[in-house]
Amino acid sequence: MNTFKFIVKRILIAIPVLIGVMLIIFLMLNVVPGDPVTLMMKEHIKPELIERMRVEMGLNDPVMVRFFNYIKNAARGDFGMSYKLNRNVTDLILNAFPHTVKLTIFAALIAWIIGIPAGIISAVKQNSLVDRFLMSFSLIGVSMPVFWAALMLQYFLAFKWKLLPVSGYATLKHMIMPAIVLGWSSAGTIARLTRSSLLEIMKDDFVRTARAKGLKERAVVVGHALKNAMLPVVTMMAIQVASLLSGAVITESVFGIPGIGRLAVNAIQTRDMPLLQGTVVFTTVLIISGNLIADLLYSVIDPRIRVE
Amino acid sequence: MEDIKVTDNETVEQLRQDYENMQAEIADTDGIMDKIKAMIKNNKLATISLIVILIFCFCAIFAPVVAPHDPTLQDYDNVRAHPSRDHILGTDELGRDVFSRIIYGARISLVIGIVPTTISMVIGTILGLMAGFMGKKVDFVIMRLADIMLAFPSLLLAMVVMYTLGASLINIFIALSVVNWAGTARVVRSQTLALKEKEFVEAAESIGVKKSVIMLRHILPNCLPSLIVLFTMDIPGSILSESSLSFLGIGAQPPASSWGLMVVNGKQWLFSEPWVAIAPGVAILILVLAFNFLGDGLRDAIDPYMKE
Repeated sequence: MNTFKFIVKRILIAIPVLIGVMLIIFLMLNVVPGDPVTLMMKEHIKPELIERMRVEMGLNDPVMVRFFNYIKNAARGDFGMSYKLNRNVTDLILNAFPHTVKLTIFAALIAWIIGIPAGIISAVKQNSLVDRFLMSFSLIGVSMPVFWAALMLQYFLAFKWKLLPVSGYATLKHMIMPAIVLGWSSAGTIARLTRSSLLEIMKDDFVRTARAKGLKERAVVVGHALKNAMLPVVTMMAIQVASLLSGAVITESVFGIPGIGRLAVNAIQTRDMPLLQGTVVFTTVLIISGNLIADLLYSVIDPRIRVE
Repeated sequence: MEDIKVTDNETVEQLRQDYENMQAEIADTDGIMDKIKAMIKNNKLATISLIVILIFCFCAIFAPVVAPHDPTLQDYDNVRAHPSRDHILGTDELGRDVFSRIIYGARISLVIGIVPTTISMVIGTILGLMAGFMGKKVDFVIMRLADIMLAFPSLLLAMVVMYTLGASLINIFIALSVVNWAGTARVVRSQTLALKEKEFVEAAESIGVKKSVIMLRHILPNCLPSLIVLFTMDIPGSILSESSLSFLGIGAQPPASSWGLMVVNGKQWLFSEPWVAIAPGVAILILVLAFNFLGDGLRDAIDPYMKE
């Protein structure tokens, strides 16, 4: 299969998934009991007014019609009006998005800077004390509740040792703790994957050949094995960005960063359906596109996977 | 599978004999227990983890006996007391004993870890078997549905479910049960596809064993090792999700002694009485870590398919 065909096929698979995701979110959020108009207006409004609002908002249409309209509008970047904040959901999301992006990028950097070297060291020194220590440490990273890790850092780094500000988002310094908290568990996952992938490759014939040629171990690892071992890691990185985006929900809440995650949590607490729907759809679309890009990237780096 | 017409009685007898012989060598379920026993002998980390989990289970079941105080007993003369001999982890803002609340909290975390994981495994296994065995349309529909579920960030999807159903422990059960089946379905499907090509399945088909019987007697037992490993590895995710949702205020509601809820309560006094927030977080970390180590150990010991 040639590259172009492969790309088209992958995109064609992604579209129904996207619509399915939107349908599930839409159905779940629109079967909620409780009338959105009453929610918006609070008390004491005439029933006629409510009815008029319902017609205006299209709430009396059948669910599938409303879903179709929602998709149509969403495709144009219109996610409707927030019930509680009286603002366009798209505006709210676009205002919050840069904060989330900044946080995610820093977290991803931390995950890669820690995860990849840790994985390589572990693989090279397989079964040594260092390996055991690093792997246990990365498992702790995966096992730690994000919100609790955040509190621990706040307690020690900000309160006890006064190194960093407790919360907020004004400066780069404010970003360090949230990025560590969020990147930590991804670092663990990446370290484990790098290790296993490198170990797998080290068993291959071409590595044996390289060794037989008399190359130094460092040259074998860096020059031959690493390049090939990084293939699955690259894909994992893209998938990790997705989990970072959803992990950001908690991190943003703890550190008071006004990103998309906090928007979603606020939407739940204030029962603001269009806002919740908008944030979830937006995040999921990002993740699906991220995975698609990872897939395509992978097929360019390693043409073998195009053969299915 | 086209029917094989066998007219010769001897050949029928031969086929039946072969089939019975093959049955003896398939479904090596007894082997699992032996392998687990070997793991307990050889893998210290996994064994310790198993013991830790059993201790947690014991505390959860016999909480009224193990806990030194009533977890709901409020003592206003003893609010946010420092750890002492009477209250080894201090008391919270209502004078309740933190240690006793953690012990009762183990009930919530273990039940949340085990029950929804079991339900989603059962759903995933049934759908995976159907997809793999029936093929074609059934396979297509189930797998696209799985794609859609996997495209969601699971925490966000759980948040949407919680918004619709309302925040309570029972609803977390439902949310986590419906969110996590897709991964299992994929694994079971791919193993079913592999097993379908095996001789013993073809033999069973050729002598006319019913499809449902083949699935239950021949395919399912062979998926069991992977299912046990997946089960152990999915539990930590459920525990972390529950505590995260409770931390965000959309999970367990006060006065439940959920660990996530305890951390969020203690958060306000993090800098003056840190034990209220730290202690329940440590409990989450230890339990989740134990399940992760045990899962790793089980994977290495019994699962032929999932070795990293």
